[in-house]
Amino acid sequence: MSILNLVFEIFSWVAILLGSAFMVIGAIGTLRFPDFWSRVHAVSVADSAGMLLLTLGMCIQGGFTLVTVKLIIIGIFLFITGPTATHAVANAALVSGFLPKGADRFRRKIVIADNAAKKAKKKKRSPLKGML
Amino acid sequence: MFAVAAIALFIGMIMILIRLYAGPTLYDRVLSLNAFGTYTVLFIGILGFLTGRPDFLDVALLYALINFAGTIAVLKYFRYRAIGDTSPTPSGKPMAKGKLNDQGAKS
Repeated sequence: MSILNLVFEIFSWVAILLGSAFMVIGAIGTLRFPDFWSRVHAVSVADSAGMLLLTLGMCIQGGFTLVTVKLIIIGIFLFITGPTATHAVANAALVSGFLPKGADRFRRKIVIADNAAKKAKKKKRSPLKGML
Repeated sequence: MFAVAAIALFIGMIMILIRLYAGPTLYDRVLSLNAFGTYTVLFIGILGFLTGRPDFLDVALLYALINFAGTIAVLKYFRYRAIGDTSPTPSGKPMAKGKLNDQGAKS
């Protein structure tokens, strides 16, 4: 029984320390990354991995009590709503015309191809207009 | 162990607050606000364990709920400029406040 307790203790230590490391890494990424889209990536690391590991470690420390039930509820809720909120922010940024770095190059290429296709269509529609 | 986690979360919260203050765009700020809420929820939980009285988890749960609703409300406000009813009208735009819709009924 004491060996089992020791194993649980070590497991919760590892989970909490790893979760703290993930949280700090996510915060450093949020502070230091140069672009909004890379910051989304850093925040989602802290939101999913760090949150799950910290909640797991706290659950093991709580034992079979009401505290663990509350922690599991918090974990499930954050696991659902964290990525949803991040996705909502990213989607709102994309819809408002906030492109990733370098994406306007591809967009310009698409526009040029579109214009060329339109010109070809126009020429095809009235081929004898200038000759008559 | 809980002290280490609390210190790590505190340092992370300070970094995210700096990004919240210095974010060049609106979406950076909303993103950091959401992340700050998640950090706060975990910090409340850790603090309850640290003081040996893990009864603050109700507060943490409530904070998580309000944080999610607040993020979605802020995004909705900046998209539609209104928090209330923004269901699309037949013209494709959300109805202006106090106007009648196409059937003549006030929403």
